[in-house]
Amino acid sequence: MLRIDCEGKHFSQIGQMIRQTAEKEIFVDNAQGHRYIAAGVGGKNIIVNGTPGNALGAYLDGSSITVNGNAQDAVGDTMNDGLIVIHGNSGDAAGYSMRGGKIFIKGDAGYRAGIHMKAYKDKFPVLVIGGKAGSFLGEYQAGGIIVVLGIGTDSKTNVGYFTGNGMHGGKIFLRSEQLPDLPQQIIARKATAEDMAEIEKYVGEYCRYFGGQVEEILNRDFYVLTADSANPYKQLYTSV
Amino acid sequence: MLREGEVRIPSGCAISGIISRRGRLTNGEKIITSIATMHDRSNGLGGGFAGYGIYPQYADFYALHIFYDDNEIRKEAENFLYRNFFIVNMSMIPIRKTKRISDEPLILRYFVKPLDARLHETNLDEKEFVARMVIKVNTTMKGAYIFSSGKNMGIFKAVGYPEDVGEYYRLEEYDAYCWTAHGRYPTNTPGWWGGAHPFGMLDYSVVHNGEISSYDANRRYIEMFGYQCTLMTDTEVIAYVIDYLCRRQGLSMEETAQVIAAPFWSTIEKKPPEERALAEYLRNAFSGLLITGPFSIMVGFEDGLMALNDRLKLRSMVVGEKDDMTYIASEECAIRVIASDLDRIWSPKGGEPVVIRVNREDK
Repeated sequence: MLRIDCEGKHFSQIGQMIRQTAEKEIFVDNAQGHRYIAAGVGGKNIIVNGTPGNALGAYLDGSSITVNGNAQDAVGDTMNDGLIVIHGNSGDAAGYSMRGGKIFIKGDAGYRAGIHMKAYKDKFPVLVIGGKAGSFLGEYQAGGIIVVLGIGTDSKTNVGYFTGNGMHGGKIFLRSEQLPDLPQQIIARKATAEDMAEIEKYVGEYCRYFGGQVEEILNRDFYVLTADSANPYKQLYTSV
Repeated sequence: MLREGEVRIPSGCAISGIISRRGRLTNGEKIITSIATMHDRSNGLGGGFAGYGIYPQYADFYALHIFYDDNEIRKEAENFLYRNFFIVNMSMIPIRKTKRISDEPLILRYFVKPLDARLHETNLDEKEFVARMVIKVNTTMKGAYIFSSGKNMGIFKAVGYPEDVGEYYRLEEYDAYCWTAHGRYPTNTPGWWGGAHPFGMLDYSVVHNGEISSYDANRRYIEMFGYQCTLMTDTEVIAYVIDYLCRRQGLSMEETAQVIAAPFWSTIEKKPPEERALAEYLRNAFSGLLITGPFSIMVGFEDGLMALNDRLKLRSMVVGEKDDMTYIASEECAIRVIASDLDRIWSPKGGEPVVIRVNREDK
């Protein structure tokens, strides 16, 4: 086991220590915005205490990361494989371009969670958000699954504007009473038993990390959003 | 030396703010600690701070902070000031020499009031008079630049990392009920002292992380009303837009936010009738002041602070609260480092302003 105290260290030193150690279990304490923690790292179990900086677990390649606190922007940016568990909220762009592995966020995610997520061959990324998500959830999503559980929120929808904007693959599951306003190229439907079977294990995993009853969570309305390939995305940014 | 607009450098920035709703004072060291946590968001080409409530002994005077290239232009500018203002106090701004801050201009501070005779002659109200004099100096006297012109507030800025700039200006000697800070990473232009943030006009100060795509449209619009963008840097135009909308048009900070980060028409359509009418009015009446492109900004004003993200929220901004204190920063770590125990922490939505107003106990 290795303990790294971030106090007074630059992020590059912390990165070096994580890459160079033969230890499999690493505690990163007093994180204060240190960026790129565990970037590209495989085969380790990393526990972060404090507030890790942007791009936590970027290009992660098989390690598991637990954050005891909130994470900032771009958690798991382009991650390839592994697991990130955040006992708090995440900033913007969580799971940015991830193409494999799983991210579990106990609370809320900021804007653009799951932007550019994609699946490839045996790679299948999963992003589970326990609370609510900001606007542009799953923007340009091309593969994998995003689940928003809306636990502890009292709003009827748990996402912001432009959910699935530019989406052309993958699925977004929303546990909510009603659908948000959606871009025209999105098909939304009530989740079927088959759909639910697909996410049951991820909800189970969420409850193992953060508590809660699987049946209670699943026993509510879920909507599934997919891309309408017959009605592809047209530009947003230059037309409004 | 090549200045703003003459060179293009490709690239973030950091912002941080502290405010007490009760007007309690915070020492300058705190804001330095906060902004320093985000060191890597800057590249050493600009840092700066604005403090409100720092000059209680001269609270009724405009505090002019001026950079001069040399004593010749200083003499010329001071002659201009003598003709227009009663100067109750003038001095060099106290600094602490450090190797990390170099090529400094002359930096002076004047506490002034417009001469009654000049106000009478020009038929202008006091604030408008001061604003015009600031613009006059900045546009006609090459080598003189008034970078702070409010009452009981001051801007301190330089080329360097923000923590070094804070040390240079001895911010530990100032206490403010509201502080803002900026660490610069110039994206389009080289850094020079005047181009560092905050940008000010009277009591308004702006710090900004982002890049304004609509700069030229905004500049052309605002220059119709007597402002002149002399720095070729995008944040300058925001300071003038705020001054124009708040002071001259009398809009509230919330309305001003709705002008510069107007909701999409598709979002406006879904609002309840009354909100919709206001949103449509503001978007139509001030269409030239819609600011597009990614930004998070903080605007300091006489009794408060406004923070705002662009409507697409292409920059990060986090707000933390503890009792009467509100902390705002580009990253959560910059808040936690000075306030580990918070009642609440959240990220405002794009285009939704956070406005904190101060009820000062000493007033």
